[in-house]
Amino acid sequence: MSDRLSVFKTYKLYVGGKFPRSESGRVYEVSDSKNKWLANAPLSSRKDARDAVVAARKAQGGWAGRTAYLRGQILYRVAEMLEGRKDQFVREVAEAEGLSKSKAAVVVDAAIDRWVWYAGWTDKVAQIVGGGNPVAGPFFNLSSPEPTGVVTVVAPQKSSFLGLVSVIAPVIATGNTAVVIASEDSPLPALSLGEVLATSDLPGGVVNILSGRTAEIAPSLAAHQDVNAIDLAGVEDDVLAKELEVAAADNLKRVVRPQPVDWSADPGTHRLTAFLETKTVWHPTGSLGASGSAY
Amino acid sequence: MTSPFEYAPAPESRSVVDIAPSYGLFIDGEFTEAADGKVFKTVSPSSEEVLSEVAQASSEDVDRAVKAARKAFEKWSVLPGAERAKYLFRIARIIQERSRELAVLETLDNGKPIKETRDADLPLVAAHFFYYAGWADKLDHAGYGANPRPLGVAGQVIPWNFPLLMLAWKIAPALATGNTVVLKPAETTPLSALFFADICRQAGLPKGVVNILPGYGDAGAALTAHPDVNKVAFTGSTAVGKAIARQVAGTDKKVTLELGGKGANIVFDDAPIDQAVEGIVTGIFFNQGQVCCAGSRLLVQESVQDEVLDALKRRLSTLRLGDPLDKNTDIGAINSAEQLARITALAETGEAEGAERWSAPCELPSSGYWFAPTLFTNVTQAHTVARDEIFGPVLSVLTFRTPEEAVAKANNTQYGLSAGIWTEKGSRILAVADRLRAGVIWANTFNKFDPTSPFGGYKESGYGREGGRHGLEAYLDV
Repeated sequence: MSDRLSVFKTYKLYVGGKFPRSESGRVYEVSDSKNKWLANAPLSSRKDARDAVVAARKAQGGWAGRTAYLRGQILYRVAEMLEGRKDQFVREVAEAEGLSKSKAAVVVDAAIDRWVWYAGWTDKVAQIVGGGNPVAGPFFNLSSPEPTGVVTVVAPQKSSFLGLVSVIAPVIATGNTAVVIASEDSPLPALSLGEVLATSDLPGGVVNILSGRTAEIAPSLAAHQDVNAIDLAGVEDDVLAKELEVAAADNLKRVVRPQPVDWSADPGTHRLTAFLETKTVWHPTGSLGASGSAY
Repeated sequence: MTSPFEYAPAPESRSVVDIAPSYGLFIDGEFTEAADGKVFKTVSPSSEEVLSEVAQASSEDVDRAVKAARKAFEKWSVLPGAERAKYLFRIARIIQERSRELAVLETLDNGKPIKETRDADLPLVAAHFFYYAGWADKLDHAGYGANPRPLGVAGQVIPWNFPLLMLAWKIAPALATGNTVVLKPAETTPLSALFFADICRQAGLPKGVVNILPGYGDAGAALTAHPDVNKVAFTGSTAVGKAIARQVAGTDKKVTLELGGKGANIVFDDAPIDQAVEGIVTGIFFNQGQVCCAGSRLLVQESVQDEVLDALKRRLSTLRLGDPLDKNTDIGAINSAEQLARITALAETGEAEGAERWSAPCELPSSGYWFAPTLFTNVTQAHTVARDEIFGPVLSVLTFRTPEEAVAKANNTQYGLSAGIWTEKGSRILAVADRLRAGVIWANTFNKFDPTSPFGGYKESGYGREGGRHGLEAYLDV
């Protein structure tokens, strides 16, 4: 038995590529499933949420403007980094969700594989949901998907890592940027994910991670006029979910309602397409060969 | 001085359409009175003549219609897709056969020129039913996985600007995917939807699959709020769209909203000016500007501003305003007294805020609701006429110097429905189109529609797409 004193970690938010404490100076106690103290996590304020939106907006154009190929490379890089820090996440997930090490390892593997899956979507989604339309007239007519913009994600409460990855990756794979509210009781895997994202060539501001009380932070994000969409995955209170959806109507945010999800199952493309707009461009084609002659 | 462009009157005959003095609600395959016996009158906007008296749906009628649709859903949803397809093909064919009658009817009830109902609305209406008919037995191949399921009863609320076309946009995909519908047409334009009910009868469509409830906003609200409606589809104002989004919060209802717009039509200095001028005219004066995707903000590059405006004014002076049934008429009547008042008030605000008003020199008929094609110059982005949707024949002209400025100004709006780009330079078209936040972008053309082509907006212009393969998603459980 070593008598070495272990080094605790100070968990911080991840906003705009930096690791700030909450501007409010508040923290809250995070415990494991047996109520043993694990760490003090930042208790984010509404101001932290607004700062995160500013960072996400600033990053959005540049992220969407990168080639789909490069976005795929960067997402894959995140998976590489996760693989290297697997032990840490297995420990954090085991503590957060009360799982055995071996069960937590299965969950973390699944999360890394899911990240890889979404990495492969970046340069394919346009071919699946876009394309040329055979209009009845001499026009070139093309529909392409584009990111909706800044997306607020309320991460699942129980699935602190696989669920988290399953809601973040589809949002950013398509060029959106995200403001994520981590699982309220189990925010540590999310805050550690921020450290991974920061070292994965992902531009600062593309993903911003807040920890704290969902009921305190989510309403201001649902009402925020510069947020374009909201994923309510982790809102377990029906009354709050309805309030958030009502607030989101103010600027017609795209809303993904909370619903039961088996995070270990094939996610399909629903979350990928939920945060896309379809742009259709028309242009006359002229008629070089109008008389039927070759040209 | 008489213009060399005077045309002899060429009125389309009204005799092809037989409008009854009164109509009921269409519920479960039957025309029926409203539960509370209420009726309202529908008038011709060009003459203020009362065309017919129509039953006015209340929440009780909505309930009755939803029940009928629910019952019909049991059989309709399990009908083989190939059989549903054949019903839709039948409807498409009957629309083609009766298109002259429907065009005249629509022109009478809406006030839009026969040229547009005959050459734009009706061909598109038939085309939508043809297009979605073909999807009914191919849904497994639509990209939403094997065996996609219908949602159930669709509650649909449509506006008065394209009464029959909006009906087609809503009903064709709903039926193709196995849903049943309750549709509320606008209070000023209920007739073509009621004629469509007769087409459903001629096609032998099972009772209750399509229900039509003429009525006001309260009936629409009762329909979208009805607990047994699974899908809400709305086309109309952004304000009502937001109210619906709030109303359905916390429910399982799937919603699509096609809302307002303030489309930018961007003319670069190398644009083919004559074509651009035609495009500007089409963009804002088609259907008297009562189009959500109208190009109501002209953004013209400063160096060609005078040339474009001179050509535009010259062109507008040749537009013929008057009897919508005259085949030479370009500009018909505004749909209602209420809408005319709204357009008039917004135009007055434009003047009061210091924008310079110019209206085409044309004589307005003494009865009916009319507004001369109008444009505002010296407009800034802060002006009401540059920000608010006017939904009338009013064009606001702004200028820009660089493509960056054009994009910034075009995107400076709560809306994101449509935009136009006029330039001979292909790379500029693609670069600008890429940066515009709008769902439909017309380059060197404007206001083109097709059933195979998805339509819908970004931002506060609503969510979801209508038309094309994308349009199926709104009616499937995916």
